[in-house]
Amino acid sequence: MNVLRREWLLDPNPASRAQARAGQFYLGWLRLIRNPLAVIGLVIIALLIVMAVFAPVIAPYDPIAQNLQGRLQPPLSGGHLLGTDEFGRDIFSRIVYGSRVTLYIVLLVTLTAPVFGLVVGTVAGYFGGWVDTVLMRLTDIFLAFPRLILALAFVAALGPGIGNAILAIALTAWPPYARVARAETLTVRNSDYIAAVQLQGAGAGRILARHIAPMCVPSVIIRVTLDMAGIILTAAGLGFLGLGAQPPMPEWGLMISTGRKFMFDQWWVAAMPGLAIFIVSLGFNLLGDGLRDVLDPRSSGR
Amino acid sequence: MLIEIDDLSVTFGKGRDAVQAVRGVSFAVPARESYGIVGESGSGKSTILRAICGMAPVTGGAIRIDGQVLPKRRSLAFSRRIQMVFQDPYASLHPKRSVDATLAEPLAIHRMAGRDERVVRAMQDVGLDPRFRFRFPHQLSGGQRQRVVIARALMLEPEILLLDEPTSALDASVQAEVLNLLSRLREERALTYLMVSHDLAVIDHMCDRLAVMKDGRVVEELDRAALAGGGAREPYTQALFKASEHETT
Amino acid sequence: MSLLEVENLRVAFDTESGPVEAVRGISFGVDRERVAIVGESGSGKSVTGRSILRLVRPPGRVEADTMRFDGQDLLALSERRMRAIRGQRIAMVMQDPKFALNPVMTIGDQMTEGLRHRERMGRRKATAKAIDMLAAVQIRDGARVMRAYPHEMSGGMGQRVMIAMMLIPDPDLLIADEPTSALDVTVQAEVLAILDDLVKERGMGLIFISHDLRLVSRFCDRVLVMYLGQIVERLDARDLDAAQHPYTRGLLNCLPSIGGERGALPVLQREASWAECQDGEERSC
Repeated sequence: MNVLRREWLLDPNPASRAQARAGQFYLGWLRLIRNPLAVIGLVIIALLIVMAVFAPVIAPYDPIAQNLQGRLQPPLSGGHLLGTDEFGRDIFSRIVYGSRVTLYIVLLVTLTAPVFGLVVGTVAGYFGGWVDTVLMRLTDIFLAFPRLILALAFVAALGPGIGNAILAIALTAWPPYARVARAETLTVRNSDYIAAVQLQGAGAGRILARHIAPMCVPSVIIRVTLDMAGIILTAAGLGFLGLGAQPPMPEWGLMISTGRKFMFDQWWVAAMPGLAIFIVSLGFNLLGDGLRDVLDPRSSGR
Repeated sequence: MLIEIDDLSVTFGKGRDAVQAVRGVSFAVPARESYGIVGESGSGKSTILRAICGMAPVTGGAIRIDGQVLPKRRSLAFSRRIQMVFQDPYASLHPKRSVDATLAEPLAIHRMAGRDERVVRAMQDVGLDPRFRFRFPHQLSGGQRQRVVIARALMLEPEILLLDEPTSALDASVQAEVLNLLSRLREERALTYLMVSHDLAVIDHMCDRLAVMKDGRVVEELDRAALAGGGAREPYTQALFKASEHETT
Repeated sequence: MSLLEVENLRVAFDTESGPVEAVRGISFGVDRERVAIVGESGSGKSVTGRSILRLVRPPGRVEADTMRFDGQDLLALSERRMRAIRGQRIAMVMQDPKFALNPVMTIGDQMTEGLRHRERMGRRKATAKAIDMLAAVQIRDGARVMRAYPHEMSGGMGQRVMIAMMLIPDPDLLIADEPTSALDVTVQAEVLAILDDLVKERGMGLIFISHDLRLVSRFCDRVLVMYLGQIVERLDARDLDAAQHPYTRGLLNCLPSIGGERGALPVLQREASWAECQDGEERSC
């Protein structure tokens, strides 16, 4: 029976597709963790996920329970690790629950924008001609939209809320992935292995999905992790403007916004969520850099 | 005649930047023959193979298989008659697909059953250990990759195999193995080969007749005996022969 | 004293699945003569060439008991002093001029770059010297070539430009790593003849790395055959047909020849024992 042991993973003759893929993943993993900065990024992201999943266990207080008598307490006072905000809510608990919102934003944007961008980019790159022109001009149009203005337009039309903010972000985030995918497709499209499968009679759909897209995925993944910081900050910015999450949701950007009023005397109300955003963005950046070394064509070349 | 190339011309680009890769080339290959095209870089030899596959812009002449002119878009039936073995085994296998996936693909496209048995049998036919089935290309040596490329070309059981410098990227010792394999397969399956190479010794070893190309044109056509006996008439052919001579024992 | 002395050179690459030994303890010497290092892919021949010039970067590790060039210990030199040797006293010509020449600089700029920066030569003098060098590699319209870009050159021309560029500083040792493998067969002979003349004329040492045993036997004085990181045979070029080691013999016999037999080509049967310690002459294991 296959046990996930090192020898099984590094077996030079895998006995099944699953074993082969697991082995390749393992080798990639080993390469990734040789980079200490990438490990730091990975740890940060892992902590984020743990925080989000186990929020009820980790957070000592209810994030929206108010305690007006204990408002604006400084950090490390009376059982509040990071202090309390203007309504007496524990900031640490709010940050922990806020990680769920952050993760929600990250996941939703990651599942929509890059996928859409990948499809547009590969189709444009593969077919060329007027298909390419039309799709790329469409990409340019969306690239030109400033996110905040688009979010304002959505809010005006559909009302404020985190869902609409995410939609606005996703709609403006996909163009770079289309560009990256298209560039990669142009390089790959003339390869012998594409010629070989065309010669076997494969249709465009099969070629795009099974042959070209897998070659573009690494670049897109790297781009996503590096963009992630920007996306979190944009969501925070929208929250800051009151366009995204609405109170009392513990979204980090919203926390900074409301904490603005107390910045001088009770700096922790705005600084703590700010620090959280900083650390998570840094984590994604470091991970993205580490992934670039692993997923680069070196792993698929000689 | 199984393959007929009739006054074929291939031009890349338009207007001022147009490059005539093939200029009015004609030759014919009967069934079960092994025909070679030898030439240096820029001679247009590989372009002819690509033109047969529908991957080069034909601007003149015709290509006939079994007497029928090939339609603009190559059909599925075409892929069951003609397949190609590419030059660079590093570049002609998808880096992210295992040997099994690469060999099973043509079967899936043509909805042929019996994937498992066919893949294993194909690997055995080309002398590959079936235990390599789920390896990725970067885990195989150059010779092993080229065997996968040959196995892939034979999955659909074609009658004609186009070979674009099949051993140029391989070490000398591996080249011998692959050439022996190709000879054996040709005999066993009664295949017709159209082989392109810059190496006159390889073409001489593998082919019955050959054409010498330079700058897009056929300079001379001769058979093996004539070549070995020094019967080359054109000066270019003689120069090529002389330059290749250091390979002879 | 030899120009280059190498003793027990070992090169390993640290990968995530363990160290990979590319060169496993080879020893040789090169004087002002033409020495060929022949092997197939994976034999370690290119890595050997690069290690001499200390061009192997981490995760590669180069170790040797001795690696001396003209009396200087190459492994002990600082990077700055190594730079003074690289290009100036030991030069390297690589396989494909398309990849070895800078595509965004004209040939002239690349050729005169070293002269103008290192020797602080004036532009006109440097250009004249470059044109002279181009004439030495039989490029007659040197002035036109100087203004051209690398992608405008044919393979043979590009390789001659590479050779000219590398020989401008008048090095003592030239390492040529498969210099003619990317060229058409009719052009190969020309380029080799030019290289041959220049090497003899200037009294340089030459290390010719190749996979083509017959080619180097016509062109070099001595041949070192490498297999899996070790030297398995050393011969004088003219004694090639009297080669002893089964690997060398196998390599000689497996090539097709014009007018040869149609039957199966003799195939090299690799023995596990060849990968074991070789080279009984100079080292004992």
